[in-house]
Amino acid sequence: MESVGSIILYIVVALAMVVFSVLAVTTRKILRAATYLLFTLFAAACVYFMLDYEFLGAVQIAVYAGGIVVLFVFSILLTTRPGHNSERLTSKSRVLGSVAALAMLLISGYALVSRCALYAAKPLADTPTMQQVGKAMMSTSEGGYLLPFEAVSVLLLACIIGGVVIARRR
Amino acid sequence: MLLIPAMIMFCCGVYGFITRRNMIAILISLELMLNAVDINFAVFNRYLWPDAMEGMFFTLFAIAIAAAETALAIAIIINLYRSARNIDVRDLNKLKY
Repeated sequence: MESVGSIILYIVVALAMVVFSVLAVTTRKILRAATYLLFTLFAAACVYFMLDYEFLGAVQIAVYAGGIVVLFVFSILLTTRPGHNSERLTSKSRVLGSVAALAMLLISGYALVSRCALYAAKPLADTPTMQQVGKAMMSTSEGGYLLPFEAVSVLLLACIIGGVVIARRR
Repeated sequence: MLLIPAMIMFCCGVYGFITRRNMIAILISLELMLNAVDINFAVFNRYLWPDAMEGMFFTLFAIAIAAAETALAIAIIINLYRSARNIDVRDLNKLKY
């Protein structure tokens, strides 16, 4: 957080993230909630780019903004009538949700403000290159991630089969 | 500094998870919470251990698993909609009693 440009970028990204996540949980049209979720995910990808994790930002955009939001939009269009508003919240559930969220915000905010250096400058480090990422992903030595990589591939296979079995018309 | 918007995003997810009635809206709140946690991993990795890559890989695998979980949850929701014509969590109480 040294130059003026990075401060402006931080303010824009943080504002977008806060505003769109609040809108995503308070809007009454479900399709709009999915759209606000898309903007929030783009802001999260911007955070990854600001931290110099380019690969992570690209994965975030490709998987979340490209895959999951499309899934959401399809399932919303399949399961709700267009133009349908969800009814107003009862005051009981709203109070309950607000109390839980505010308690969480107070506790974690207190911990964050009291323990962390909020204005720490970003340490100078070289961004992990694609070669480093690939080598770490495929190596079996110390610091290698071949086992979780294969576990995730098995999990995705199980997810494909499970999705087909669950959503199949009997 | 980047932890503050992530924290607010997580609290929005908690609020939506409790107050929402539609199952897909609950899933959207869940995605908000997962993303906030992913951002925390990446930020801690960058600011505390800039030479390591553990947080980045944890975020990567978390994104993959969240994608799998969302696809499966949406399959369940669509199947439920087919049998009950409704995805409101208040009306789906046949398994409860």
